Amino acid sequence: MTEPLYQLTDLSKRYTRGKESITIFEKLTMTIPAGDFIAIMGPSGSGKTTLLNLLGGIDAPSSGEVVFEGKRIDNMSQGALAKWRAANVGFIFQFYNLMPTLTAAQNVELPLLLTKLGGKERKQRVRTALDIVGIADRAGHRPTQLSGGQQQRVAIARAIVADPEVLLCDEPTGDLDRATADEVLATLQLLNKELGKAIVMVTHDPSAAKYAQRELHLDKGRFVEKELVT
Amino acid sequence: MFKQTAAITAMNIRSIPQRLGMSLAAIVSIAFVVGVLLAFMAMANGFCATVSGTGAEDVAVMLRAGSQAELNSNMSRDEVLLVERGPGIAAGGNGAPVTSAELYVIVDGKKRGSGTDANLPLRGVGPEGPQMRAGFTMTEGRMFEPGAAELIVGEGVIREFSGFELGEEIRLGTNTWRVVGVFSTGGTVFDSEIWSEIGVLQNLYSRGSSVQSMRAQMTSPEAIEELQAYVENEPRLNLDVQSEKEFLASQAGGTVTLIKFLGWPLAVAMAIGALAGAWNTMYSSVDARTKEIATLRAIGFSGFAAFLGTMIESLALAILGGILGAVAAYLLFDGISASTLGGGFTQVVFSFAVTPASLIAAMILAIIVGFLAGFFPAMRAARVPLLAVHQD
Ligand SMILES: Nc1ncnc2c1ncn2[C@@H]1O[C@H](COP(=O)(O)OP(=O)(O)OP(=O)(O)O)[C@@H](O)[C@H]1O
Ligand SMILES: [Mg+2]
Repeated sequence: MTEPLYQLTDLSKRYTRGKESITIFEKLTMTIPAGDFIAIMGPSGSGKTTLLNLLGGIDAPSSGEVVFEGKRIDNMSQGALAKWRAANVGFIFQFYNLMPTLTAAQNVELPLLLTKLGGKERKQRVRTALDIVGIADRAGHRPTQLSGGQQQRVAIARAIVADPEVLLCDEPTGDLDRATADEVLATLQLLNKELGKAIVMVTHDPSAAKYAQRELHLDKGRFVEKELVT
Repeated sequence: MFKQTAAITAMNIRSIPQRLGMSLAAIVSIAFVVGVLLAFMAMANGFCATVSGTGAEDVAVMLRAGSQAELNSNMSRDEVLLVERGPGIAAGGNGAPVTSAELYVIVDGKKRGSGTDANLPLRGVGPEGPQMRAGFTMTEGRMFEPGAAELIVGEGVIREFSGFELGEEIRLGTNTWRVVGVFSTGGTVFDSEIWSEIGVLQNLYSRGSSVQSMRAQMTSPEAIEELQAYVENEPRLNLDVQSEKEFLASQAGGTVTLIKFLGWPLAVAMAIGALAGAWNTMYSSVDARTKEIATLRAIGFSGFAAFLGTMIESLALAILGGILGAVAAYLLFDGISASTLGGGFTQVVFSFAVTPASLIAAMILAIIVGFLAGFFPAMRAARVPLLAVHQD
């Protein structure tokens, strides 16, 4: 049996505010194989974003293990985690999180600044990434000169440019209209099918979830799994 | 690390226009700090150069022991004659020792700009007196005639005071004088003086044959020690003997200290104000970009790069302010003429001098302000919570 991409074991997350303590999930266990495309759905406040944060190593669990390709990431130091994220994870956010003062190409180049690649090679990779998401003609534009869908494409290009194993998307189409959302989702599906990127996508939108290989419903700290008929 | 820091710094700096007002305020306040500090230092430097920079090492100045300034000193004719018999004094063409017994009185002058009264020194000099000042030249008119109520006036006096133009008659106290010449000593303290023949001054001011100070041209700088020994061993002489250079340096010292004493605390007080402004600007800079910084950190940028980016932005603002202040100070103050109280309660005309050393000191102050203003905001930048990526 091949090693899973993620293995979450007995994962708990609690927030304490003063004396009050709220439990987001308790002893959650799940496996995400390489090349998976999961849509995580669930009511607001059910912990979808929190789960994504734990998968991406930008938040730490209260207890339990997050194992990525056989290595625990939940107990790594901040510095080691930053390196791990740079090498393995691409983030896609609902509001794109592009740098407003940088052009599309400069935004996409950011993750490559953490690699040893030279300037010429970086330019080439940026070009390729922009081509894949179909927005190469807007390379010199700043975020304010782009539509929401175009900005999200730039953000996807930035997420894939350093060739990570997994893309973590939090409501990637939450701010887009139906048609634009479908284009962006089709792009994600392509990245999953053609390039084999594993994708974990949080969404409220049932039709967005249709693009995934499977849906997970998070409710009160538990999963309700639903295999999709393909 | 370098690429990360460069990218973050470039982003920070490019986003300055979004905080233009605050950033400009920080730059300008730092410019003010640097400008004020440089103005005071230029004043101190210029004064110091004028008063002490040009004294001769082979001219001995003699004053009554302990009197410190010429105004407080007094010497009798007998003492002058005794000194002239001392060793090490150069001989003139006629074989007589080259000395100048001098009288020094205070007269009123009117400042050109403000029209206010200020004290000016009127010095009676012996025949050898002028030549004993290195660089002495008559720039206009002629030397006073012995026995006549005639004045020659230093260039600095002409520049800063009215009523001393060539050919003018001028009333000083109860006496009427005529200005017959203008002299220069190349920007030394003597350019702020008015000279007459000693005999005339003694007469008009009823000083009999007494003088206040005496200068002697020595054969070499070392010869001053011989003269000092001679004066010390001569019970009838109770004088301080020093080189003109030492004498002028001691005269300038107090004023220079005073100027610096006023300048630094003022600059430091202003620097604290500027620090508060720059600090606030930098906190705003970090707060405005919290989500951006968190996003970069999520991508894998290090906290240290975020720290450096903010620090460099702060230093850049400070250095920009520093340069602005330095350029302004240089354009406004360097070389301008001013006059201030000299050691003897008279006006000394001097030029402000913005020197490289003071520029460096002022830039260091600006950089310190930039560093302090940037440090805690930069720490905040380094510690931006990663979960801030979800802010909207
Ligand atoms: N830093 C925090 N401190 C305290 N409670 C938090 C914190 N972050 C999240 N929570 C709480 O954890 C719960 C889960 O939050 P999370 O953002 O993961 O929900 P979500 O499923 O993504 O919701 P939504 O669909 O609205 O985005 C919520 O009740 C939220 O209030
Ligand atoms: Mg959420």
